[in-house]
Amino acid sequence: MSGFFDIPSDLQHSYLGLIGLHLREALIPVLVGLLVSLPIAQLCVRFRWLYPPVLGVTTVLYAVPSLAFFVFLIDYTGQSETTVMIPLAVYSLVVLVPAIVDGVRSVPPETLAAATAMGLGAVRRYFQVQLPIAVPAIIAGLRVATVSSISLVSIGMLIGNQGALGNLLNDANIYHRPELAVNAVLTMAALAILADAALVLVRRVLTPWMPRKGAAR
Amino acid sequence: MNILNFVHAFFSDSAHWHGYDGIPTRFWEHIGYSLEALAYSAVIGLPIGVLTGHYGRGGNALALIATAGRALPTFGLLVLLTILLGFSLVPVMVPLVVLAVPPILVTTYEALRSVDPSPVDAARGMGMSESRILFQVELPVALPLILSGLRSAAIQIVSTATIAAYVGLGGLGRYIIDGLYQRSYEKVVGGATLVAGLALATLAVFWAVGRFAVSPGVRRGA
Repeated sequence: MSGFFDIPSDLQHSYLGLIGLHLREALIPVLVGLLVSLPIAQLCVRFRWLYPPVLGVTTVLYAVPSLAFFVFLIDYTGQSETTVMIPLAVYSLVVLVPAIVDGVRSVPPETLAAATAMGLGAVRRYFQVQLPIAVPAIIAGLRVATVSSISLVSIGMLIGNQGALGNLLNDANIYHRPELAVNAVLTMAALAILADAALVLVRRVLTPWMPRKGAAR
Repeated sequence: MNILNFVHAFFSDSAHWHGYDGIPTRFWEHIGYSLEALAYSAVIGLPIGVLTGHYGRGGNALALIATAGRALPTFGLLVLLTILLGFSLVPVMVPLVVLAVPPILVTTYEALRSVDPSPVDAARGMGMSESRILFQVELPVALPLILSGLRSAAIQIVSTATIAAYVGLGGLGRYIIDGLYQRSYEKVVGGATLVAGLALATLAVFWAVGRFAVSPGVRRGA
């Protein structure tokens, strides 16, 4: 009987290699999503009328099933990691843009006025006052985006084994080794929980002024 | 532009409109799965969210459950359960419910927690019983947020119910999965268009329900 961590050779990766690949395919899109959503969110805060349409567009994009999204992209980027990562980055926008907008908007006007009175320009005020105060809301969004990204990577299996740990699900089927599917599900769940915990830690480091009690969400 | 051509080719082919693999059949199958999964998720998520929110307890436990639910990979769970339990609707329902319960649970809890305490105190001062406070004061005020939780759950269910086709069930995902294996782009694109359209229709339904169910006073305040 083959073992739990005995990865079939067709995947061309060790167990740890698959984990690395999975994390890369899941985390790079979230990072890109964060970099893209920061300016979008800032524009939405600046021009209020922009927010509802932006929200509408991202919601519509989110409704496109990941599988269909992958297939559309095969035409342009082939059966590659990029094809898996682009949709994940787009999905993360749906969570991150509202999180950042709400976070930045929640900064009290007195605080902004105080910052202006101290002589901070718009740019420094953004980086030194608004962004730090919005950190808890941004991290809350990042947690949801990261966890769902880790889960969604596995669907990449369907487009030519680009699903990292998700590829184990297919192998479990074709080699009749259900333990591989158990392994895949447990490993992905563990990765998601660890990534979530890591983000909570990041929030604690970035916001030393917050009370230490865990808040909901 | 070629995507539009595929969409046109798919919808103008009359063969796609009839029989067990026709658009109407697959459409209703998809709606059937989605409604069933949403119903289970609401039955699980709403009462727990409302009670914990009303009493203001168990927020941390709820956050843990929600994180655990989100952490379970939907697609992995689907394949694993199909291997273990064989072909049936159960392996599809469980992952969909696991996917949809966290947003319902967390949003409902937060909706109840964010109700302005002064009307609740006033209601209590007027001698309303706990259950009347809950149903006549807290729930109407919390309704818009509760609906938004249900809405995001419903959209996730509609777009994820597509993967039911991978384990041999119907629904609009059939076009995507079959199209992938047959290298038939128009099928894949047509299926994806239908699912996206259905998700948009879901948005519209929730908007209408919100107009209808949310009291005018609450709507104006929001």
